[in-house]
Amino acid sequence: MALSTIKTASIANDAITTDKIVNDGNLGNRNVIINGAMQVAQRGTSSTVTTGSGPQTCDRFFVEAASSGTFNVTQSTTAPDGFANSFKFDCTSADASPDFLLFGYRIEGQDVQNLKKGKSGALSTTLSFYVRSSKTGTYQVNLRDIDNDRIIGVTYTISSANTWEYKTVTFIGDTSGILGNDNGNSLTIEWWLAAGSTYNSGAVPTAWEAKASGDRAAGLNVAIGASTSDEFLITGVQLEVGDVATPFEHRSVGDELDKCQRYFQKSNPGRIIKGLNATNGAYYYLTVLFKRDMRTAPTVTFSNNAASGFNTLDPSMNQLHPNLFEVYKQSNGNANGGYYLFQYEADAEL
Amino acid sequence: MNITSAQYCNNLNNVKTEIKATIDSITMSVPLDPANRHYAEIMRQVDAGELTIEEAN
Repeated sequence: MALSTIKTASIANDAITTDKIVNDGNLGNRNVIINGAMQVAQRGTSSTVTTGSGPQTCDRFFVEAASSGTFNVTQSTTAPDGFANSFKFDCTSADASPDFLLFGYRIEGQDVQNLKKGKSGALSTTLSFYVRSSKTGTYQVNLRDIDNDRIIGVTYTISSANTWEYKTVTFIGDTSGILGNDNGNSLTIEWWLAAGSTYNSGAVPTAWEAKASGDRAAGLNVAIGASTSDEFLITGVQLEVGDVATPFEHRSVGDELDKCQRYFQKSNPGRIIKGLNATNGAYYYLTVLFKRDMRTAPTVTFSNNAASGFNTLDPSMNQLHPNLFEVYKQSNGNANGGYYLFQYEADAEL
Repeated sequence: MNITSAQYCNNLNNVKTEIKATIDSITMSVPLDPANRHYAEIMRQVDAGELTIEEAN
């Protein structure tokens, strides 16, 4: 029977089951990636990257760089149809002999137990994303098992400069190396943008292997950052179980923000206030509940402190947990209507 | 992560509650939690002999 003759009415209600629609995957919540559409940027919409490793602008994604030039990285509004934002690298100072530059995403082990990694029935995963670069050529993206120091990688080609292209790559399942069922970084995706000989002297790890530094960017034949005209943009990142890329699973900004706040949250632009009649020498406590439980006890940074009846130094920490922190201050003067105000950022990123 | 200073801080019950650290030129309250990336990096640098954590005042 020609497929075109099959109509919805021709199919019995119980003829197609969920298992026939998705194999080992989910109909909803397919995308393991949080903020894949780059909608949330709690740390700010731009920053400068020269060296180091850490989250930059769009939540949950990180940049690692060393001796690869200087980049303005932004939450860009340049995006393919159907998306509002992307993560953009814009080279502002070039380095023709790069050490390394990569873009990445870290995943908790407890969130990817369904991959059955390290088991005989280990499942494949498929990564899809929209990418746009000023440089055509071959790029490499890897999946790294941090718990067992293993890696698999594939290459993809950007064939038209400054044009959005949709890429899908599949990583076969790994029957070695069980991922920790915990809140640690177990799986990391790394998109390589520039690499020196330390990272491109080997061969692309097309099957899972013990990590070898020379393999990590072996398939990369371009260097973003060799020229100040270099740009690289990415969005619509989706990682899902199976060997087929399904359409990007769009989530609301509110849903994405809530998920992001497991890893980072801040009080800005409001300030936490403790209002009171301060008595010189007395101690005063304030408990702040986080907006949602965080991945682990976060690093807390205070800013914009202001006070009456207290000095404006950062408060002292009495307790610091994934769901709250409690601070205290000693008054340095009697003040009716005294107060102590601050903003905070809490960082529990992987 | 450029860590230029680190010092334990005690609460009023004399219990260590945090490390006050200067990381990338920003003062941070770092929990004593191995799952926290800043704490993990502080301890990595301590183990490597690159950083010393001062005791609490």
